Amino acid sequence: MKKSVITVVGKDTVGIIAKVCTYLANNRINILDISQTIVSGYFNMMMVVDMNDSAKPFADISSELEQIGEEIGVVIHCQREEIFESMHRI
Amino acid sequence: MINIYEVNETNKMIEEQNLDVRTITLGISLLDCASDDLSRLCDNIYNKITTVAKDLVSVGRDIELEFGIPIVNKRISVTPISLVGASAAHSSDDFVKIALTLNDAAKTVGVNFLGGYSALVSKGMTSADRYLIESIPDALAKTALICSSVNVGSTRCGIDMDAVRLMGRIIKETSEKSDMGCAKLVVFCNAPDDNPFMAGAFCGVTEGDAVINVGVSGPGVVKRAVEKTKGESFEVLCETIKKTAFKVTRVGQLVAREASNRLNIPFGIVDLSLAPTPAVGDSVADILCAMGLEQAGAPGTTAALALLNDQVKKGGVMASSYVGGLSGAFIPVSEDRGMIEAASTGALTLEKLEAMTCVCSVGLDMIAIPGDTSAATISGIIADEMAIGMINSKTTAVRLCPAKGRKVGDTVEYGGLFGESPVMAVNQFSCEEFINRKGRIPSPIHSFRN
Repeated sequence: MKKSVITVVGKDTVGIIAKVCTYLANNRINILDISQTIVSGYFNMMMVVDMNDSAKPFADISSELEQIGEEIGVVIHCQREEIFESMHRI
Repeated sequence: MINIYEVNETNKMIEEQNLDVRTITLGISLLDCASDDLSRLCDNIYNKITTVAKDLVSVGRDIELEFGIPIVNKRISVTPISLVGASAAHSSDDFVKIALTLNDAAKTVGVNFLGGYSALVSKGMTSADRYLIESIPDALAKTALICSSVNVGSTRCGIDMDAVRLMGRIIKETSEKSDMGCAKLVVFCNAPDDNPFMAGAFCGVTEGDAVINVGVSGPGVVKRAVEKTKGESFEVLCETIKKTAFKVTRVGQLVAREASNRLNIPFGIVDLSLAPTPAVGDSVADILCAMGLEQAGAPGTTAALALLNDQVKKGGVMASSYVGGLSGAFIPVSEDRGMIEAASTGALTLEKLEAMTCVCSVGLDMIAIPGDTSAATISGIIADEMAIGMINSKTTAVRLCPAKGRKVGDTVEYGGLFGESPVMAVNQFSCEEFINRKGRIPSPIHSFRN
């Protein structure tokens, strides 16, 4: 299973998680883990997701998530999990 | 499972501290392209490069996108052209034709640079080596993407002083024929076969048909980590650099493996060099300052650099299955904002830089010198640097840029990753009689290790 990490950073507002999760559900992307904090008023969320059942290629999902971020005024990145695993796990 | 703090740490390194993979370099052996007919040789070279490297740039972009890590350069290194062209090229002009072919192939596949317009002459020069070296000024003036290197010495063979003398003149001619030529020309001692960094990359004859080598970067990340150790002991400082180098190198290893799998080309090495750029916060000199120096070049600089170079290697070695290339810290002047400042304020001199090259990964790099510097003086500087490499069994290199019509204190702009450099003072006393001696310097006593 290829896991990916979605990060959302920006000013806190109503419905950020709802928007992102709706998009993920519509594209058959399964959420494995969510954690979220507010650091000095800034919303900071990380999701580990499984994209195996999604019909869309990674590049499309990544750019569409970025676009959703722009609409709600936050920055959304989508990256394969390996970059974090390789850096922080031996 | 990975946690939010680790994710944020990685993304901060990328977004705020300029962490990137500096280059994916595809090494391609051109030995099977050899022919005694020049146009057939050129066709073979063009076809091989454009076939083997056709997906390099797109695969690099895919990896960038999926992992969210910038890959600044996609490059190609080829077998030293003096070997490939030996039976087809019978003049310097013939070699220039090969350079133009390489440039066309590099353009077609969309890479940033192609290295390997090179000759390995640490003990002597064949006529083909000599033609290639003589063609360098024209080849670099007529092409944009070609990088050239000449290995003139090694610990095992000594230093070919005839080649050193020749290279003094060639560097001078190159600077007269084009503004950027000298930025793409390196003179080496102990050149490695698997270096992914330009301008000195070539695909050594010890390599296979094709190989993926990756060069990591990350001075900004190391600087930020070092800043947090203010007032702490050397033990803490060294541990911090090691841990940071480990993390940076792991990203390089991941990218190298992915590129290798996707291109179906064997993974060669990760070169774990700290490679600066002129961007703010991407400077090796700034790391030295964060350790406690007022400016790079101040007393203590060589010790600080030695410490940095060694800890980068110690941290990086465990992070990658194969480490190679130059690996350590680069100290180019024009490509590093902190070094530019140190050279401009007079804190950093050519002689101090020479001392620093004894403990860093390469050598005198991207240094502008007065345009009226004589060929013999340039050869003298090369000879000194080659001697450091030969005696200390390390790679050393010289990339000097005589600045046409400029004098000490003027500034030369190279643009892009090459940056800008103040013209630095060169010792005015002559070495002409020494340089004009014929022959070679024998290999040192400690090379006889059999």
